[in-house]
Amino acid sequence: MKNSVSVNIARFVALMIVQIYIFNNVNLFGYINPYPYVLFLLVFPFTSNRALYIFIAFLTGLTMDMFGNSGGVHAAACLFLAYLRPVALRFSFGVSYEYNAIKLSKVSFYERFIFISIMVLIHHLVLFLLEVFNISNILYTLNKTLVTSIFTIILCLTFNILFSSRNE
Amino acid sequence: MHQIINFLIRNKHFLLFAFLLMLSLVFTIQSHSYHRSKFVNSANWFTGGIYGSVTSVQDYFKLKTYNKQLLEENARLREMLKSPNEDNLDLEVLTDITSPIPSDSLRKFSYIPAKVLNNNYAKTDNFITLLGGSQDSIHKDQGVITSKGIVGIIDKTSSGYSTVLSILNSNFTTSAKLRASEHFGTMQWDGEDPNIVQVIDMQQQAPVKLGDTIETSGKSAIFPKGIPIGTVNEFELDPSKNFYTLSIKLINDMTNLGHVYVVENSYKKEIIALETQQDEE
Repeated sequence: MKNSVSVNIARFVALMIVQIYIFNNVNLFGYINPYPYVLFLLVFPFTSNRALYIFIAFLTGLTMDMFGNSGGVHAAACLFLAYLRPVALRFSFGVSYEYNAIKLSKVSFYERFIFISIMVLIHHLVLFLLEVFNISNILYTLNKTLVTSIFTIILCLTFNILFSSRNE
Repeated sequence: MHQIINFLIRNKHFLLFAFLLMLSLVFTIQSHSYHRSKFVNSANWFTGGIYGSVTSVQDYFKLKTYNKQLLEENARLREMLKSPNEDNLDLEVLTDITSPIPSDSLRKFSYIPAKVLNNNYAKTDNFITLLGGSQDSIHKDQGVITSKGIVGIIDKTSSGYSTVLSILNSNFTTSAKLRASEHFGTMQWDGEDPNIVQVIDMQQQAPVKLGDTIETSGKSAIFPKGIPIGTVNEFELDPSKNFYTLSIKLINDMTNLGHVYVVENSYKKEIIALETQQDEE
């Protein structure tokens, strides 16, 4: 248990550093900044206390907001992600999720891809809706959500595949 | 009572979610109105310190650019010294030279150098973090410029750091005028291209031409008059046919900022006091 805590703290710090130092400054095509820090919330132990998980998600988002001067948009997006994770887990892994503790590194690539995609899309949709904060720019918001999600999903999958084998 | 407690326990996750969501929405809404985000901003020792350590590394790679910018500015200032003419020299400077009164008491604007720690331009509401805060006499509502043009307005300060409401922020507006005449409009940003800003509500009589320079009008008490903003890229009459809407190509490259100047207007308190007095009457 203690090991799991330290692993998660290390993962949090590492992803935050990478996010703030590198991915917040990517500005691909002028407006795309992928947010692979959500991977921390995606792979957070599935069996953990749900209230704790929601609270940690809030703090993770708030940290991002502090660095980005964005008010509470990341916090809100992370909260949605955390609250809806069980739904996405059930949808992508079926009944097996409810019976035994599955690990993201042990499921097939297809299931993993579906799970990460759903979560990233939810997070980015809430994030950009709140960031643009203007319903008349809805097409711009959706476009930004979609394009940024593609890059975040690719990054999350890459990180997940690269680092998951070592954790086992 | 028993049922209420049961209800709370059963829905505790949802309630926690709803409570924290409310909190983050409050932060979000605060951040969308100018000067309201009290808690969540990067002008504190923690975030400022981390940005500072990144910048110290990045600075080595940008030394060449900074040097070039400084040389250009030096050249321009030398040029101004050599040929004092009305275009470049403000009236205040002239009175400075000729007046027997010590120049400090006459000078309207003073400039404080500051270093950029973090700069965003890909979002709809962008902020810049500066190294330099209230102990360097940087305070909120001061203007921020570079040698080439305007950058933004100071939003929050801590003792050592400050955040700037960038001109690339949907909450930013300032008064802008044509260099060739005194016609003015309101400058704002539509959130799309970081090189293009908009000037709206410029009188239809204004002699607008493509390529004309747009500069600050000096009406806001934040920026001095005549700080360049950009050149006219496109313009059209709005549907009411009374006002021009201009799209302006920025002279200043907002995606590449190193060192900036914070502008302090020593008469600002006086001007604001006078204006509020007028409003009350």
